[in-house]
Amino acid sequence: MPQKTARRAGRRATARRFTRRDIAVLGVLLGIPVLLDIVIVWGPALASVGLSFTSWDGIGDIHWVGGDNYENLVQDYPAFWPAVRHNLLWIGFLGLVATPFGLFLAVLIDRGVRFSRFYQSVLYMPVVLSLAVVGFMAQLLLGTDQGVVNTILDDRNDPVDWLGDSSINLWMMMLAASWRHVGYVMILYLAGLKSVDPALKEAAAIDGANERQTFFRVTLPTLRPVNVIVGVITVIEALRAFDIVYAVNKGRNGLELLSVLITDNIIGEASRIGFGSAIAAVLLVVSLGFIVTFLVQELRGAREK
Amino acid sequence: MTADIRATARSVEPAPPARASGPGRPPRRGRFGVHIFLSAVSLLFLAPLLLAVYASLRPYEETAQHGYFSFPKKLSFDYYREAYTESGMGKYFMNTLIIAVPAVIITLFLAAFVAFAVARVNIRGSLFLLMFFTAGNLLPPQVLVTPLYVLFLKIDLPWWMSDSMTLYDSYWAVIIVNIGFQVGFCVFVLSNFMRTLPKEILEAAIVDGAGVWTQFWRITLPLCRPAIAALATLEFTWIYNDFLWALIFISNPDKLPITSSLNNLRGQFFTDYNLLAAGSILVALPTILVFLLLQRHFIAGLTLGSSKG
Repeated sequence: MPQKTARRAGRRATARRFTRRDIAVLGVLLGIPVLLDIVIVWGPALASVGLSFTSWDGIGDIHWVGGDNYENLVQDYPAFWPAVRHNLLWIGFLGLVATPFGLFLAVLIDRGVRFSRFYQSVLYMPVVLSLAVVGFMAQLLLGTDQGVVNTILDDRNDPVDWLGDSSINLWMMMLAASWRHVGYVMILYLAGLKSVDPALKEAAAIDGANERQTFFRVTLPTLRPVNVIVGVITVIEALRAFDIVYAVNKGRNGLELLSVLITDNIIGEASRIGFGSAIAAVLLVVSLGFIVTFLVQELRGAREK
Repeated sequence: MTADIRATARSVEPAPPARASGPGRPPRRGRFGVHIFLSAVSLLFLAPLLLAVYASLRPYEETAQHGYFSFPKKLSFDYYREAYTESGMGKYFMNTLIIAVPAVIITLFLAAFVAFAVARVNIRGSLFLLMFFTAGNLLPPQVLVTPLYVLFLKIDLPWWMSDSMTLYDSYWAVIIVNIGFQVGFCVFVLSNFMRTLPKEILEAAIVDGAGVWTQFWRITLPLCRPAIAALATLEFTWIYNDFLWALIFISNPDKLPITSSLNNLRGQFFTDYNLLAAGSILVALPTILVFLLLQRHFIAGLTLGSSKG
């Protein structure tokens, strides 16, 4: 409470310092981006939720249908549950394989090996590539007839259709996505590790902790802000995953994802905008759950500071 | 924060062995194993790129017969010339620049001011503003597609601004959406960066009677140059690589950005993958060059918001 009154007093003091010109500058330069964000991001997001309760096809009148779209989605739309499963699998794969691997590489490089700059650049390189290019490279490597992997395996009678076989193509896509994700995670953790106070590690070593104990009990907990960010990036990237499967086969035949279903329903010939928006709303709610958790953690950290 | 990342990065680079196992660090065992492991992983990470380069240098007949993993008989750069002329890449590259350059500049300007207001001016609801922008950047873009599409079709533009007469199918649409979507990330990173700047300079300026604009433009912004350079390279890569927005908001094939020019290299019945490889490398080249040239900034840009000491 005393803190609050102090802050209010401070605010009053600063409020007096603003001239009319200051207020105009603040109004215009804050107003434009806020307005832009409302028009481009928040307005459309809310409008999507609204549309999800209608049967709009993009041309005719908008009819209110209540929760029908959601009911259809859960009960009758064959692609929905596979897409949910694929998105969950994607989260699991990035979270349990790619992210820990990125952390592992960051720890190795942070220990001060030679050529660390070289390793860092090479591992980060895939992050700057466009997903269209990544999708193409997947085809070059994993093509059925002349792809590199099949040439090496040299099984001419029964070549594996890495991208077409619906039981393995999702795994190949997740590997390709991890190719980019690992480098991103590595760089974030590398920066975090550099800021850990070496005195902490020394103290732990003097107390007789071995390297593994030091890492899990001392280093990792101090990386909490990075952990939060990496966690959210992992989940959001998994929920956003789109370009890479779309570049390979438009997200069909085992590569269904929620983002692909939205695009298909909205842009596709059927133009079931109300229905597509219902899927979008599901994705929005799940994403917002993670985003809010992240921001609460993040802002709590900022306030402590 | 940045300073310390960079200082460490610099000192690690030449890495004399004495420093690595310096005071307080026990001598390492298995360092050789670490090198072998990291080299193997690096090779694995580079392999797709190297194979694409290799494929692009070889004629289709040869790889069709022997597969991509075979010894070369003939190597040439012919496919690069062909890919460049056949896809009309020069034009699409210009389209991308028309979209990316203004988008990056305006995004950074607006985001810098919001970040300044949130981090350095005592205004009401600064936490809310920060959340409002950051959360917006993290939403999945597909959620926004329909309402924006409808909205853009309804907004008319004069002929001199857009030959389609609407905001739809114009560069403006893609530029505006990119700005609106990317401002959030930049606000987040820049506000974190600005919090680490010493407050005294700003306080001195306020005592001297500097207004909000002077505090922002003359005092704070020059100190943010490293962060802004980092974000500029980052944002340029992201907007350069984007193809979702252009796919949705642009219908005239002459206005598409460079990421979609690769489709011109796919034949209706037959696709020469070696040609496509050359095309992909040409498309990826600017981002790889930007990354290699501005590497240190680039990496610092990603880490700015995350490491808070």
